[in-house]
Amino acid sequence: MHIDLQTINIKPLRQTYDNVARHIGGDKPATRYQEATLGLQPTSNFHYRPSWDPDHEIFDASRTALVMADWYAFKDPRQYYYGSYTLARARQQEAAESAFEFVEERNLCDALDAGLAAAARDLLVPLRHVAWGANMNHSSMCAYGYGTAITQPCLFQAMDQLGIAQYLTRTGLLLGGPALLDAGKQAWIEGAEWQPLRHLVEDCLVIEDWFEMFVAQNLAIDGQLYPLVYGSLVEGDFAGRGGIALSMLTGFMRDWHAETLRWVDAQIRTAVGESEANKALVQGWLDRYRGRARDALAGLARRASPAQADAMLDDCDSQFRARIAKLGLSA
Amino acid sequence: MDMKAAPKHKMGLKERYAAMTRGLDWETSYQPMDKVYPFDKYEGIVIHDWDKWQDPFRLTMDAYWKYQAEKERKLYAIIDAYAQNNGHLNVTDARYINTVKLFLQGVTPLEYMAHRGFAHVGRALRGPGPRIACQMQALDELRHAQTQVHAMSNYNRYYNGLHDWRHMYERVWYLSVPKSFFEDAVSAGPFEFLVAVGFSFEYVLTNLLFVPFVSGAAYNGDMNTMTFGFSAQSDEARHMTLGLECIKFLLEQDPANVPIVQRWLDKWCWRGVRLLSLVAMMMDYMLPKRVMSWKEAWEMYFEEAGGALFKDLARYGIREPKCMQQVRLEKDHLSHQVWTTFYNYGAAAAFHTWIPDADEMDWLSQKYPESFDKYYRPRMEYWREQAALGNRYYNKTLPMLCQTCQIPMLFTEPGDPTKICYRETSYLGDKFHFCSDHCKEIFEYEPEKYIQAWLPVHQIYQGNCFEPGTDPTAPGFDPLAAVLQHYHLNFGRDNLDFEGSEDQRNFAAWKGAVTRNQVG
Repeated sequence: MHIDLQTINIKPLRQTYDNVARHIGGDKPATRYQEATLGLQPTSNFHYRPSWDPDHEIFDASRTALVMADWYAFKDPRQYYYGSYTLARARQQEAAESAFEFVEERNLCDALDAGLAAAARDLLVPLRHVAWGANMNHSSMCAYGYGTAITQPCLFQAMDQLGIAQYLTRTGLLLGGPALLDAGKQAWIEGAEWQPLRHLVEDCLVIEDWFEMFVAQNLAIDGQLYPLVYGSLVEGDFAGRGGIALSMLTGFMRDWHAETLRWVDAQIRTAVGESEANKALVQGWLDRYRGRARDALAGLARRASPAQADAMLDDCDSQFRARIAKLGLSA
Repeated sequence: MDMKAAPKHKMGLKERYAAMTRGLDWETSYQPMDKVYPFDKYEGIVIHDWDKWQDPFRLTMDAYWKYQAEKERKLYAIIDAYAQNNGHLNVTDARYINTVKLFLQGVTPLEYMAHRGFAHVGRALRGPGPRIACQMQALDELRHAQTQVHAMSNYNRYYNGLHDWRHMYERVWYLSVPKSFFEDAVSAGPFEFLVAVGFSFEYVLTNLLFVPFVSGAAYNGDMNTMTFGFSAQSDEARHMTLGLECIKFLLEQDPANVPIVQRWLDKWCWRGVRLLSLVAMMMDYMLPKRVMSWKEAWEMYFEEAGGALFKDLARYGIREPKCMQQVRLEKDHLSHQVWTTFYNYGAAAAFHTWIPDADEMDWLSQKYPESFDKYYRPRMEYWREQAALGNRYYNKTLPMLCQTCQIPMLFTEPGDPTKICYRETSYLGDKFHFCSDHCKEIFEYEPEKYIQAWLPVHQIYQGNCFEPGTDPTAPGFDPLAAVLQHYHLNFGRDNLDFEGSEDQRNFAAWKGAVTRNQVG
């Protein structure tokens, strides 16, 4: 039965703010995402050049070689603004928390086969530093990028990567206590197997063009790391070797990657679809980092799972190529 | 790693939090640290040991998401209910809504700037502890900007002056005051930004900026603004502890930092005080139901609370900001001088102005026994008489602006409320004008910065504030009309007196519609 509750209706003078209306084709009801995002960043009449970058304005589209007619063409398919973002992550952290509780209460990490536990420790603990690098890079992209539509999700991504580094830290504590964190950091800094990746991560920290950084971090590094490490290795190989616990502890990363991949792809598609020049730029950036990331990760996969690594790498590589082809690029 | 025998070790909270944040950091070697962190040395601040940074709060991301989501859920439930129930009709008086306009035009954009500024500093500092704290603040500030935009969206649907706040922020003369303030901070180095925004703004002055608006909302039936204010309060508490930790950290690291920090405190307290003149006028004139006078707020929050703070910092060699004496002399005059200026320029402002009614004038006399009846009441009564005779005068000329704070030269000489204060200096053959010794001194320390200022009045005279195709030489050209068009300010709807405004008429009609039954 329909219940007809009455409220008093007053006809409004207008539906939304003009800065929003200009982006959505006139004055009509706007979503919270639209009001929180469209045209939010100041664009003109800046008073002073930044002392830390006097060649640019405070917000300046020329901090990247990418050229866009409208920087608000970068839409977030998840429609995240602060409120919807935190609500989504709060739900995910609840799921992650139950997974940690489940594993902790049953001491499932202590029950892992010795060889598997060692492989997991070797692989997962130093990755907290990779996530930390991604955190820094996304803070950069938020600070120096252009237009709230893309800078806002970059900060969300920065905080997500901090969260991931923290989940990996907790996983490390379960697998070997504080000493393992120190050992993992030492491996990251000195271990031969980690140097290609550390070298790449450090090179990315000093990339000056923020959209190049976006491509390097989100497509070349994380676009290959997440499916390989959290998919093929942890959820596939490790779980198959009795490491369901490891799969549970990294569930956040898999869900997160599946979700953020939609956002990353939408940004790349928008950038590439804008012009041939943009497409050439993005392709060049991808070419610059993709091979280095693949090779660095291949070494880690071979150590973690000598028998399965080659098949996994081939599989991940063909999936990555397919993804890149769908974006109108080649890998 | 052969770690199997690692003993189980229970970590303390502090140790655990350190593992979750600074433990993630490393000294880079493929890229030099100075290239990875290129911005944290040029200001002259010396940091010997970033590990001495005490994390002012320990919040891991999972906890952050959980707490903040809970706050968001509650806040949006109230915003929705307020809109559905036509909550805007419950405010004390439609004049109140002009404070909401001032807030959206002048404060919300600052929240956004803080968001981006903290993202920059949250990348720039080489210490991982403060970097994380700054990133969280960057995220919180985005929250504040967006919850304000959402909460005020409902006012925008029914009232004028809020419709193009973002466009106006970049152009309208009085909004260049907050805009230049924050751009001054963002364009400075990361440490100055922290002292300016994290400490001076969020710690020393927050009770005089954010709080008066929120308390004003609570006193005037605006549950909407009140709720986002209260919801932001726990974030603000975190920001205040960050600001305080930051200042102590800088002062403890090296004695060479003390004079640099002192100069920043002098500068930013004064810049803040000038910015707050907008709040002073809001508190004394724009709130139908007053919370307290500007002077009382100043005495309580700055002279008493701030005084105690600076006593506490004295052990580091920090003294109270230089401007204290002048502000003491100005507190009896500030709000009156600013409001009368807006009354004067009411044709060029995107909110309504009015002369206080008899009761309100009595309140002002009582709160300002030294100044109101002597200097300001007679002017206001005269203007009220003139308006009643049909001689309401709107000043359509352009005032001279202070090169530093960008406020029109409206303030009087310290100690002489009958004489406008003018200061000037020369730089590279040009003359620059200031409202005060403090603004002049700020300019003289960094003239190459402040000569860049985008001064709205200069820009109008240079022809930069007309729409494309405008011909200022055409016969009958009305410069004010052309400038307002460029501002997207609708003449007769967004500006002029409250009396006779569309806001006033609509509010009365709607209020009638929701409280009475229609007959016939």
